Amino acid sequence: MSTWKPLSGTQAVAEAMRQINPDVVVAYPITPQTPIVEFFAQYVANGIVDTETIPVESEHSAMSATVGAAAAGARVMCATASQGLALMWEVVAAVPGLRLPIVMPVVNRALSAPINIHCDHSDTMGATTIGWIQIFSENGQEAYENMLLAIRLAEHPDILLPAMVMQDGFITGHSVENVEIFDDDKVKAFVGERNPDRYLLDTEHPYTIGPLALPDYYFEIKRQQEEAMRQVKKIYLETGKELSKITGKEYPYFESYKLDDADAAIVVLSSTAGTAKDTVDKMRAEGKKVGLLKPKLFRPFPYKEVRTALKDIPVVGVLDRSMAFGAYAPVYAEIKNALFELDKRPKLQSYVFGLGGKDIFKSDIEKAFNELLSGEVNSEEERYIGLRG
Amino acid sequence: MKEIYEVRMHARAGQGAKSGSQLLAESAFKLGKWIQSFPEYGSERRGAPTVSYTRISDKQLRTHEPIVNPDAVLVFDQGIAGSVPVAQGLCEKHGILIVNTTKSAEEIRKITGFNGKIYTLDATGISLKLLGIDAPNVPMLGALIKVTDVVSIESVEDVIGEHFLATLGEEKVKKNIEGLREAWKEIAK
Repeated sequence: MSTWKPLSGTQAVAEAMRQINPDVVVAYPITPQTPIVEFFAQYVANGIVDTETIPVESEHSAMSATVGAAAAGARVMCATASQGLALMWEVVAAVPGLRLPIVMPVVNRALSAPINIHCDHSDTMGATTIGWIQIFSENGQEAYENMLLAIRLAEHPDILLPAMVMQDGFITGHSVENVEIFDDDKVKAFVGERNPDRYLLDTEHPYTIGPLALPDYYFEIKRQQEEAMRQVKKIYLETGKELSKITGKEYPYFESYKLDDADAAIVVLSSTAGTAKDTVDKMRAEGKKVGLLKPKLFRPFPYKEVRTALKDIPVVGVLDRSMAFGAYAPVYAEIKNALFELDKRPKLQSYVFGLGGKDIFKSDIEKAFNELLSGEVNSEEERYIGLRG
Repeated sequence: MKEIYEVRMHARAGQGAKSGSQLLAESAFKLGKWIQSFPEYGSERRGAPTVSYTRISDKQLRTHEPIVNPDAVLVFDQGIAGSVPVAQGLCEKHGILIVNTTKSAEEIRKITGFNGKIYTLDATGISLKLLGIDAPNVPMLGALIKVTDVVSIESVEDVIGEHFLATLGEEKVKKNIEGLREAWKEIAK
C-alpha cells in the first residue's frame, strides 16, 4: 500500500533516503545546504534509520568523507546545491574515476556572482563532463522515484558510477505538494543492499584505490569510465521496468507530451516542464498543435532516441535555465547535436530563461510556442525569456 | 469553487505566513485535493515583508508558475498594505481581501485602493488574548474558510493538531483551535 503525503520536494528526497537507509550520510549543515539533510537528520535522531551521520566543516570535506566511506564499502549519500557543489567540485570530479557509486541529490540553484539563492541549473550544468549520471526531476514525486532508480543504477556492477538527482531549488524543493510514497518493504526490496566486490575494509582482499596513473594508464582508465557510462542507458530502462512494478509508472529517458503530431515542440527540464504541459493543453484546445519533450536522463544523453522523437517536428525550441557563456546553452547544444545526423532537420531556436529564479509563466511559454509556429527562428541566435529590456 | 483556488498571504517574517499557507494546503490535502504551498524567499529578517502562496485543485497540479491572480489575499499585518501592493492581481468582482487590523473595511479600502470585497479581523488581538503572542496565522485562516468554504474547519483543526501537538503541546493546540473558531465566529460571511 502506498501512502500519499503533503511533502516538499526536499522532504520527498529525504523520504527516499529513509527507505534506502544508507550506512553513512555526510553533510555540512549550513547555507547553501538544503532541507534534505535537515529532514534526514531527524530520522536519524528519532531512530527511524540506523545511518551514521557525519557533520563536517565544509562541502569539500563533505564529499571527501563521502568518498572515504564509499571506498570503505558503505552505501553513502550527501546532498548539496549551488555554491556547495562548487566548493566540493575537486572531489566531485574525482568520484567517477574512483568508480564509487555515490548518490547525491542536488537542488538546483544559481551560482554566484551576483549572490543569489534561487533556482537555475548553472550548478549541475557545470558538472556534465566529469562522469556523473544525471537525472532531472519535474517535481518532488519524480525526485523521490529518481533517487530509487539512481541508487540501483550507480551500484550496478556494470556501471559503478556516481549519480546526481536534480530538482528545481525552491520551486519544487521548498514547495509542498501531494507525493505518493510507496510501500517501505517493496522499496527496500527494490533498492537492496550495497554489495561491493571489493572495498578497503575487506582486509582479506586488499586493493588500491586512487593511485597515481601517469600517461601509462590514465587514458585507459578514463576509457573504461566511458564504457561504464555507455552501459547506463540499457540498465536505466531495465531498472525502470523493475521500479514500474512498484509504482505503476514508466521510466523513459525523456517524457514526450503530445509530441507525435506537433507542428512545434519545446524541450525543457524539470519544473518548467509541468508549466509547459498546461500551456500545451491550453494551446491544443485552441487548435494549435504543440508538444513537449522533457529530458530526464541527461547524462548519459540519449541522442538517438531524442533524434527519433523530434525528427518529424517542423520547429523545435529549447528552453535552458542556464547559460554556457560563449557557447550554445547546454540543453540546446545537446538537442542540436542529436539532430545533426538527420538529412532533413527541424528548425531550431534557443531560449534562455529563469536565471537566478526569474519567474516563468504559461504566457511566456505560449509566446515562445507562437514564435516557433510563426517560423521566425534563427538556430544561431540565443533569445531570452523574461529579461528586462 | 473554481477548478484551481489560489491564495496569497502577505505577512512579516515571524508571523507564520509560511506555516499558514502550509496549514491551509494540508487541510485541503486531507479533503482529497491536489495542493501546492510555497513561500517566496528573499534575504529574510524578522519583521521584513514576506509572501506565501497556496494552490488548491480537484485536478493534479502541474504548473509551477507563481500566483499572480489570487482568489483571496490575506494580509497578516495591516502596516504592510501601505508599502506593498497587497491587492495586486486580485479580481474586484470575485476576489476577497482579508486584513488583520482594528480598522474598518472602509479605511482598508482607502489604504489598498481595492474596490472588491474586504473583510477585517483583529487576528492579532485574538492571538494575544489566547496565546500571548502576535501569531495571527490561525485566526486569519478561520476568517478565510468562513467566507470562502475553501476547506472545512474540521480539516484545519485536524492539521493544527498534527502540526503542533509534538512541538507546542496540547494546551497550545487547544488555544490555537480556539483562536480559529473565534475568528470563524467573528467574521460575518
